[in-house]
Amino acid sequence: MAECHPVGFQWVMEAKRRGATVIHIDPRFTRTSALADTYVPIRAGTDIAFLGGVVNYILGNELDFREYVLAYTNAATIVDESYQDTEDLDGLFSGFDPEKGVYDPGSWQYAGHAPDSGDTDADRETARPLRHESHGPPIPAGTERDETLRHPRCVYQILKRHFARYTPEMVERVCGVPREKFLEVCQAWTRNSGRERTSALVYSVGWTQHTVGVQYIRTGAIIQLLLGNVGRPGGGVLALRGHASIQGSTDIPTLFNLLPGYLPMPHHAQHASFSDWVAAIRHPGQKGFWADARAYAVSLLKAYWGDAATAENDYCYGHLPRMTGDHGTYQTVLNMVDGKVKGYFLLGQNPAVGSAHGRAQRLGMANLDWLVVRDLYLVESATFWKDGPEVATGELVPEECRTEVFFLPAASHVEKEGSFTQTQRLLQWREKAVDPPGDCRSELWFVYHLGRIIRQKLAASTLPRDRAVLDLAWDYPVSGQHDEPSATAVLREINGFEVASGEPVSGYTALKDDGSTACGCWIYSGVFAGGVNQAARRRPGAEQSWVAAEWGWAWPMNRRLLYNRASADPSGRPWSPRKAYVWWDAGKGRWTGHDVPDFEADKDPSYRPPLGATGVAAIAGDDPFVMQSDGKGWLYVPTGLIDGPLPTHYEPAESPVANPLYRQQSNPARKTYPRPDNPLDPISAVFPYVFTVSRLTEHHTAGGMSRHLEYLSELQPEMFIEVSPELAAERGLSHLDWAHVVTARAVVEARVMVTDRLTPLRVAGRTIHQIWLPYHWGGAGLSVGDSANDLFGIVLDPNVLIQESKVGTCDLRPGRRPTGPELRRYVDGYLRRAGLRKG
Amino acid sequence: MKSYYGRQIVKTPVWRPDIPAYLFCGGLAAGSALLAAGADLTRRPALRRSGRLTALGAVAAGAAFLIHDLGRPARFHHMLRVVKPTSPMSIGTWTLTAFGPAAGLAAAAELTGVAPAAGRAAGLAAAGLAPALATYTAVLLADTAVPSWHEAYPQLPFAFAGSALASAAGAGLLAAPTAEAGPARRLAVAGAAMELAASHRLASTLGLTGEPYRSGRAGALLRASQALTAAGIAGAVLGGARRDSRRRRARLVSALSGAALLAAGALTRFGIFAAGVASTKDPRYTVVPQRARLEQSAADAGGGAGGRAPAGSADDERGAVGPGRDQLADDRVARDLPGDEEPA
Amino acid sequence: MSVAERMGFFTDTSICIGCKACEVACKEWNAIPTDGLDLLGMSFDNTGQLDANTWRHVAFVEQTHDGDLRWLMSSDVCKHCTHAACLDVCPTGSLFRTEFGTVVVQEDICNGCGYCVPACPYGVIDQRQGDGRAWKCTMCYDRIRAGGDGGRAGSGGGLMPACATACPTESIQYGPLDELRDRAARRLEQLHGEGVAQARLYGHDPADGVGGDGAFFLLLDDPEVYGLPPDPVVTTRDLPAMWRRAGLAALAMAAAVVASFVGGSS
Repeated sequence: MAECHPVGFQWVMEAKRRGATVIHIDPRFTRTSALADTYVPIRAGTDIAFLGGVVNYILGNELDFREYVLAYTNAATIVDESYQDTEDLDGLFSGFDPEKGVYDPGSWQYAGHAPDSGDTDADRETARPLRHESHGPPIPAGTERDETLRHPRCVYQILKRHFARYTPEMVERVCGVPREKFLEVCQAWTRNSGRERTSALVYSVGWTQHTVGVQYIRTGAIIQLLLGNVGRPGGGVLALRGHASIQGSTDIPTLFNLLPGYLPMPHHAQHASFSDWVAAIRHPGQKGFWADARAYAVSLLKAYWGDAATAENDYCYGHLPRMTGDHGTYQTVLNMVDGKVKGYFLLGQNPAVGSAHGRAQRLGMANLDWLVVRDLYLVESATFWKDGPEVATGELVPEECRTEVFFLPAASHVEKEGSFTQTQRLLQWREKAVDPPGDCRSELWFVYHLGRIIRQKLAASTLPRDRAVLDLAWDYPVSGQHDEPSATAVLREINGFEVASGEPVSGYTALKDDGSTACGCWIYSGVFAGGVNQAARRRPGAEQSWVAAEWGWAWPMNRRLLYNRASADPSGRPWSPRKAYVWWDAGKGRWTGHDVPDFEADKDPSYRPPLGATGVAAIAGDDPFVMQSDGKGWLYVPTGLIDGPLPTHYEPAESPVANPLYRQQSNPARKTYPRPDNPLDPISAVFPYVFTVSRLTEHHTAGGMSRHLEYLSELQPEMFIEVSPELAAERGLSHLDWAHVVTARAVVEARVMVTDRLTPLRVAGRTIHQIWLPYHWGGAGLSVGDSANDLFGIVLDPNVLIQESKVGTCDLRPGRRPTGPELRRYVDGYLRRAGLRKG
Repeated sequence: MKSYYGRQIVKTPVWRPDIPAYLFCGGLAAGSALLAAGADLTRRPALRRSGRLTALGAVAAGAAFLIHDLGRPARFHHMLRVVKPTSPMSIGTWTLTAFGPAAGLAAAAELTGVAPAAGRAAGLAAAGLAPALATYTAVLLADTAVPSWHEAYPQLPFAFAGSALASAAGAGLLAAPTAEAGPARRLAVAGAAMELAASHRLASTLGLTGEPYRSGRAGALLRASQALTAAGIAGAVLGGARRDSRRRRARLVSALSGAALLAAGALTRFGIFAAGVASTKDPRYTVVPQRARLEQSAADAGGGAGGRAPAGSADDERGAVGPGRDQLADDRVARDLPGDEEPA
Repeated sequence: MSVAERMGFFTDTSICIGCKACEVACKEWNAIPTDGLDLLGMSFDNTGQLDANTWRHVAFVEQTHDGDLRWLMSSDVCKHCTHAACLDVCPTGSLFRTEFGTVVVQEDICNGCGYCVPACPYGVIDQRQGDGRAWKCTMCYDRIRAGGDGGRAGSGGGLMPACATACPTESIQYGPLDELRDRAARRLEQLHGEGVAQARLYGHDPADGVGGDGAFFLLLDDPEVYGLPPDPVVTTRDLPAMWRRAGLAALAMAAAVVASFVGGSS
């Protein structure tokens, strides 16, 4: 966190000053470790084993916050009798289809629920679970419960059995963490949780970028739920995003399978009609706020197509594109390699350096009709065709590269107005400080005028396929010399307005499903309430409460802490005066407190839904998780995940060791792309070392914003590899000399940094060396070097299709790598020795 | 000893070889002005002439070196904006500014034969300033954080004074006829002895910070200087002893010894300069003496009383320096200088 | 102009996260040239030292004691000494003491004589290659004066120095020196209470060899570990003694000349 979020880390330091204990778990000792009270080195890719050990420690010692767990989680819920655990099936859950590599999750359901008749394969192709970022998946109303938690099929008991083998000894064997160190963490975490205290869990892409990334976070969430650390001040599972407004780009997504506000992009088969689509969103009969989804969906279509969207034409639902399968970034790149893609837009993205399997990225981009790159500088993705690594190896010949590349200089964040949405879901507006130089323009300018010109060119078209573009409500006020569209007007549209009057709506509860309102993103509704840009509020912290509700604006409805009903006990009283946050004021008959209550304001804690109630009315007065379809925090996930209802330790797709826990080596449902240009070595002696990559404070992601700046480049001027003194001795490496790293995909070279910050681990009775590389470098800019992401193959988490780019196996050799055509022969030699290529 | 990756702590002087060259020239000018004045008063016209001309030539060359070494030579006159007692360079500049014209006037009178009285007055004025000119440069070097210069402040003025005399005497021996060279010969011996004694003390009494004077390039330069000085003394003595019998041979020996002394003078300055430079490059010379001082004062304070007494009697001296500095500082504030003041 | 309160920096290295925002903010605000791209291999320090083109320098020290790893980070800066050798020896008056008690080079006066460079006991000020003049931290004199009241800059009209503004963890604190000294003493007490016995203040003591620093530090190890001199002394403290020695030498010189002329026959 100190490395990649130094500004946010100030609050960790502030907490530490006030007595908080900071624990840092990371394969490598970082700047965060330097400031932490405890640092725990861990083998990359084994976090579920570690966290599962914590779950086992909590349950084995009955250290869970029982009252919270019983009332607010699904611990008491009974699971269907057909469910079989990984303990029963040696690493597999019931319902696995080895042929397709997917589960039928029918047996995972709560008892008494009809199995969801979904198509798990299609769900994986379309990363369907991604939409649950704002809300839980649907389940029928009504669950069987055992309040004593003794029923063998209640979630609590299943959880206990599932993690029983995750003992401190097992954690030591799998993760390489000495059991004393592990127990130290367990004790600190549990001691600091409960009625009087809360602990926060913070993670970044070191957790997400794995074939089991979603389940990593699930394990963290299980611990936090067991300890009562969710929905309470000082608790939570906090995701630190990779850069500014990454949260914003999932809320109003740049993803193929989502529309704004986590509405699903229609699938051609699953959502053939408007009513199919709406039904799939709201799931008639389910509990919770999501039941009003039709209003959000209609208002979105009204925002897209304005007057053209009417009840008669299903609000132009037919204009929405349809998914037919996996259109994710990696599938698209492989399609590009195979010549199936014509054109590609890159807006502030540098996949030639930033994405896994850089060689596939570059060769794919070299096989297009056209490529548009909008960036601050000529990044590698704009110049790969003339100076990329494949030009050096002879795989690409600039004169023969068929892709026509258009580079359009972009305005930076200080050269345009707009909003950022950060990890707390906080929208913060910023003004333009200076005009962009020369031909640099904002994204808003580019997209707006591109659309305008396309619409002009199509104006005379009578083709039905062009209607979607021609019917768009595409009129934003422009100003200035370059006709810059108003970002404020866009924010107003995102907030939503009454179609008749154009007046902004006050929030998503004011949205209608009859076409009388339009709203660009229902969860952001309220950001322009009262005609005021709420995101632009900057009242200093000293002039308001510690929650600082008047700084920026948080979705939904300016709530700073989600599920904050859980900060009060079932009867509505704060768990403790120290941790009071939101509570029930019986006198006024309202919820009140420091934050906007994440609950119906006047719903009495004693409210119990009448039989057959649906939607919001089905949420009881003591069900804090209002966006979950049973109002509970889910320790066990009966539906909605592709790879199992409970997190399970699997080895990474590439690992030097056999899974010490199960016969099943790696996530059986992981998304693979088996093809000759994407070789992976599951377990091999040819690549004996574990490598992981991450960022340095001094650089930003793929370097487009830092390696072109001299003040930043001079601070970390060169690509390097960090190795432990032990590994340096084993491989004959000297500090500051050259070495190269080889994987089944690529070889990269860098200068050697021998440091005690990396340490060999004892894993399953042998020594495992880990090496670390920063992934910032590429061939363009002031500071240049090989790209670490070239080392990775393409293998994805099945739930959200994120790549495993935080762990792999490699070899490490002193000296520089081969150059020219010899380089590929060198890698091929490894492939042959690993048995991944014949001949 | 702990250090930060073995990196130096104090900065190495950015001065180029101009500065040791200036040190030599300044010393030579000062010594020559003294020799010329003595010759003038004792009626040794040839010795006077050579002294006056050498003084002018050396001071002119020295000034040129000084200006050349400036980062902004065109701003050399900024030196004359202030008179600053805390800055040996300021004092030196003013000394040089007074000495230069005096030496110039004396030389002009010598060359033209015009106004010999004024020439004498100027020559005597230059001689009056000469001891300051020859020795302030020692303070210039010592008044830094360069360990081997600062710690050497008791010895450096004598090394420089002796070297200045020996060099000037050397020049006198080269230029003046044997008949008038007696004082130069004696001065050569006296100056060289002073220089050798001071140099010896530099290398032997300074402890760790004396090490750079013994080792490396500086050590080699200083050893060569000492050898040449010794040869110069011998030559000067021999050249004098044979004055009756083999005049021409004696003249040659005198000239050689003069050249040796001149070379020795230059080597001394370059050697001392190099020793200082060397002492900045290794953090040992900064850290070890300071650590020892801290431990000593901790021991003096009776073992862990906490507060460390400032280093002894020097406190008084600080008091003496302090007001001047503060006054100056206040002066700057009062005139609100930054950015907008041009030198008068 | 009224003389304002003495302002300073307190750099608490125990909460430095080594982000180098201070280095970048300083260079951006003061438009300082780059140092060039040079991988030094000194942990994450690729800056090396304070010099003409680096007015904030973050040191990184990796230490292992009994298998326990400690990574010290510390942002170094000009100390703005009470008795500043650079200012003392400057022959042009280019270096001056401001109304805030800080020491600043006037770039239109400095003629690049270089005297301040070896005079500094901390090795801070330096001559810029290709420019010739001496440069160092100004404690953002232009920023702290902004607002013009000469009052408590940072808390009053002026802006805080760029480095302190950019520092995310308040490792670099800017304010009235007296206040900072109190704050530092409390912080030291807190750390000692937490068992961080190695914590010590550096440059805070007006009785030290430079009369106390305007920019002082809380360190977690000996100063020399961070590249700081353990007991710096302003060189001009010995200046009267130096002049006395020089005077003696000058007298000896004059005496030698007199003797040379008086003591012989030819």
